[in-house]
Amino acid sequence: MPTLMHHWTFAIPEIWVLVMACAVLLVDLFWGHRSPHLAPVLSVVTILGAMLLTTAQWGLSGSSFAGQLLLDPFTIVAELSVELLSLLVLLYSPRYLRERGLYRGEVFVLLLFALLGSMIMISGGNLLTLYLGLELLALSQYALVALQRDNPRAVEAALKYFILGALASGLLLYGMSLLYGLTGSLDIAQIAQGLVNVGADNFVLTMALVFVVAGIAFKLGAAPFHMWIPDAYQGAPTVMTLFMATAPKVAAFALVIRILAQGNAGAVEIWQQIFVALAIASLLIGNVVAIAQSNLKRMLAYSTVSNVGFLSLGIVAGNANGLASAFYYVLVYALMAAAGFGMILLLSREGFEAENIADFAGLAQRRPWYALLMLIIMFSMAGVPPTVGFTAKLAVFQALVQAGYVPLAVFAILMAVVGAFYYLRVVKVMYFDPVPENAPQLARDGLASAVLSVNSVALLLLGILPGALLATCFHALQGVL
Amino acid sequence: MSVTSLLFYVFSAVLLLSALLVITARNPVYASLYLVLAFFNAAALFLLLGAEFLGLILILVYVGAVMVLFLFVVMMLDINLARLQEGFLHYLPLGLAVAILGVLELAAVFWTAPLGHIPAPGAVPADADNTRALGELLYTHYLYPFEIAAVILLIAIIAAIALTLRRRPQSKTQDIGRQLAVKVSERLRLVDLRRPRP
Repeated sequence: MPTLMHHWTFAIPEIWVLVMACAVLLVDLFWGHRSPHLAPVLSVVTILGAMLLTTAQWGLSGSSFAGQLLLDPFTIVAELSVELLSLLVLLYSPRYLRERGLYRGEVFVLLLFALLGSMIMISGGNLLTLYLGLELLALSQYALVALQRDNPRAVEAALKYFILGALASGLLLYGMSLLYGLTGSLDIAQIAQGLVNVGADNFVLTMALVFVVAGIAFKLGAAPFHMWIPDAYQGAPTVMTLFMATAPKVAAFALVIRILAQGNAGAVEIWQQIFVALAIASLLIGNVVAIAQSNLKRMLAYSTVSNVGFLSLGIVAGNANGLASAFYYVLVYALMAAAGFGMILLLSREGFEAENIADFAGLAQRRPWYALLMLIIMFSMAGVPPTVGFTAKLAVFQALVQAGYVPLAVFAILMAVVGAFYYLRVVKVMYFDPVPENAPQLARDGLASAVLSVNSVALLLLGILPGALLATCFHALQGVL
Repeated sequence: MSVTSLLFYVFSAVLLLSALLVITARNPVYASLYLVLAFFNAAALFLLLGAEFLGLILILVYVGAVMVLFLFVVMMLDINLARLQEGFLHYLPLGLAVAILGVLELAAVFWTAPLGHIPAPGAVPADADNTRALGELLYTHYLYPFEIAAVILLIAIIAAIALTLRRRPQSKTQDIGRQLAVKVSERLRLVDLRRPRP
């Protein structure tokens, strides 16, 4: 069938990742016990290759497999970002994994499959592909979290994540089935057309969107669907937390773009209202509860909730401008979260997780460079200029005010001020608290500290020169909506 | 009433009844057997619709493979039935409330906006072959999702093996390779009994 297979080349990055993931699995099976570095090195090669293949598609657009795979500027930018984030995870992780007996082929294979799931979600143009991509990503993540089976906290985190994740998938699927019932199609473009006949005041449509948004909010981690985040982030091995906090968020944002912005553009008033509620709840719960945390991983988990609140503000704006700023925000947030959890990885040693804020006491005296990097990360999360966190918040606020939601913007700024407190507390602990007497020796990890340096300095540089990335995000969404 | 619709009602009634018994049966083995019955009736409904492939697959895969495995697991697990049923009455009011709420909401949806505009399926041509139709759709139009579903199954296999296959140093498993490669010197020690040791 020529019409169907015509543009199968659009799926080349996905096919490459799939083939290479299977190759890594087999190579590790036969030669893994002799050379344990084979799987991680091959995985890095896979991701670099995928980035190359994705970049090669720059400028192309269209659809293949009867609209089930969409290639547009958003696909390319978002796929490049999840590939970059997965690469960061791989580069941060080797020493941490080795020290915990997790330096095994399965970890890398599952990471590659999770990346594949994210890519399928990002390029999905059909509710079926979007859902299958989501499940592929989620299943790989459940397994990744549970892989440290002797650690009861990791198992608990995996179980909570699994059960609540299954519930969220159910909600999403129910919403999708209602959408299918209304429009008679699973295809995003045909749903958008079908909704013109249905009309935005349809009660079933409201029900469908409530379920869909609830499912997406769960995957993003927006309050009140955030209950799994603190436990899962804290209990999971930090490498897995690093992954969970970054690439899947970009993929979940792709669901917003595909299902809501593209598929339900006609019903924008309905999902806008839901996101207003989600944004208010996330900003409030995320920022206020984070103050009470003494565990840094938990604090960063609540910081995720509050950041998802900020990102929802861009979705509330609803227009191309707002969605582009939300896209920019999610990319910036993923980069910040990668750096934040990367720092925890770097300071952890065998049998010791540097996950309490107290573990950072006096870091400026012991390792001034690490403390400076952490300072940049925390300032960026708090939104202090000239870091990139400030630009991202500014972009979202601008879009929000332009769309006429001034009170919501004022509330968000107030919450950002509350949030600044707990980020700056980490800085205070690092620079002004004395070094504890029984402080554990810091491990040497040249690779991770080099990557962390690049990652953190990028936060500063992107803040000083925000133009290119911002313009890319705007271009990516202009081509889609 | 034609024979077909009579059969439909019989199969549906048995299906609903056995589904109800699945969740009310006290013994989990009975519950799984009722589930088998439910699957059989669902398969019969598929056959009535002319979807013989789906009906047979349901029996082959679910009854033949999945449920047998299920029964094994249920029989092997030592489940304390009394403890399982302890919370039943306790959770009943809440569960009932949730169920009633769900039914009311669904009723509200269908009351206000009946899904009437979905066209009824057209008449089936006499030479329709749904196995062929399914196959053609799966390998052409739905090729991409079909492949992704296969990848998901692969992930399930990898995850299940990675999570359960662990080497436990204290377990008494036999390593056949090592057993066969054993040398005489490792197993046999010659002791000279004639001469007393100093």
